[in-house]
Amino acid sequence: MQIMKFIKSLAYPSEMLPPIVEEESHFDPETEHSAAKLGMWLFLATELLLFGGLFAAYAIFRAKYPVMFAEGSANLDVVLGSVNTVILIFSSWTVAVAVTAIQENKIKLVQVMLWITLICAAIFGINKYFEYSYKLSNGIGPGTDIFYSIYFAATGVHMLHVFIGMAVLGVILKRTYEGRYSKDKFTAIEIGGLYWHLVDLIWIYLFPLLYLVG
Amino acid sequence: MASANPYKTYLNIWLLLMFLTFITVYAAEFDFGALNVPIALLIASVKAGVVALHFMHLKYEDSMTWIFAIYPLFLLFLLIAFSATDIFTRVAN
Repeated sequence: MQIMKFIKSLAYPSEMLPPIVEEESHFDPETEHSAAKLGMWLFLATELLLFGGLFAAYAIFRAKYPVMFAEGSANLDVVLGSVNTVILIFSSWTVAVAVTAIQENKIKLVQVMLWITLICAAIFGINKYFEYSYKLSNGIGPGTDIFYSIYFAATGVHMLHVFIGMAVLGVILKRTYEGRYSKDKFTAIEIGGLYWHLVDLIWIYLFPLLYLVG
Repeated sequence: MASANPYKTYLNIWLLLMFLTFITVYAAEFDFGALNVPIALLIASVKAGVVALHFMHLKYEDSMTWIFAIYPLFLLFLLIAFSATDIFTRVAN
């Protein structure tokens, strides 16, 4: 197909010239879109296994030291953890709305939803800051015991993902103001959204395992 | 979009997730003994499934994407199960 196009372009140069676009598609836009999405799912798989190591450590040490985990978990702030869960799931909802809105060319709605998402992520981070500083001021740190090692490692790596997600969505938000996305070009918003949903998914497991079932 | 009004669907999904979050916090008040973790994981998995199917649009994706989504769960199972069987079957020397 590509060869035929090339030969035709020699015969009809001006007619076959592709329209000048800022970022050219590698193949046809549809293939590029689904390939990019599939690539993101593959990346999410590696992310899941990154946290998988922490989940494995949790499972093994919890089985070995149930009392330590019960005590550590009881010391965590369930209210703050619940509030953060609600905030993160809410932000996942706003991203889902944004991904649908861009497919209907509702740029304004996309911008509002992404702003809300970023604010939610910031509130999540602020809550986490208070949680960490309260623990540290009480002399509880990553080195206190194995439960807190896993708690700080898991929530810390998760927090890093929240920051990366904020950066990704922040760039996307900036680009919506530059008119870079439309109903025919929204791959970045969709795969950025997939990343944000993964951050939500990980927290859905971390919250009950760390805060609730000690 | 396959759904007639995706925004309404998203709202319902969000309300469902909030309800499940409430259930999981409420269930933690009671002690089910050895079932504490399985119950928490079950509720978390329902929530994760709902997020993946609806928010991440897995419901509308082709079989290739499903393989990419399911296969890491198998790897995760291997990682946890094989580490655990190693640790808990060691004989102290």
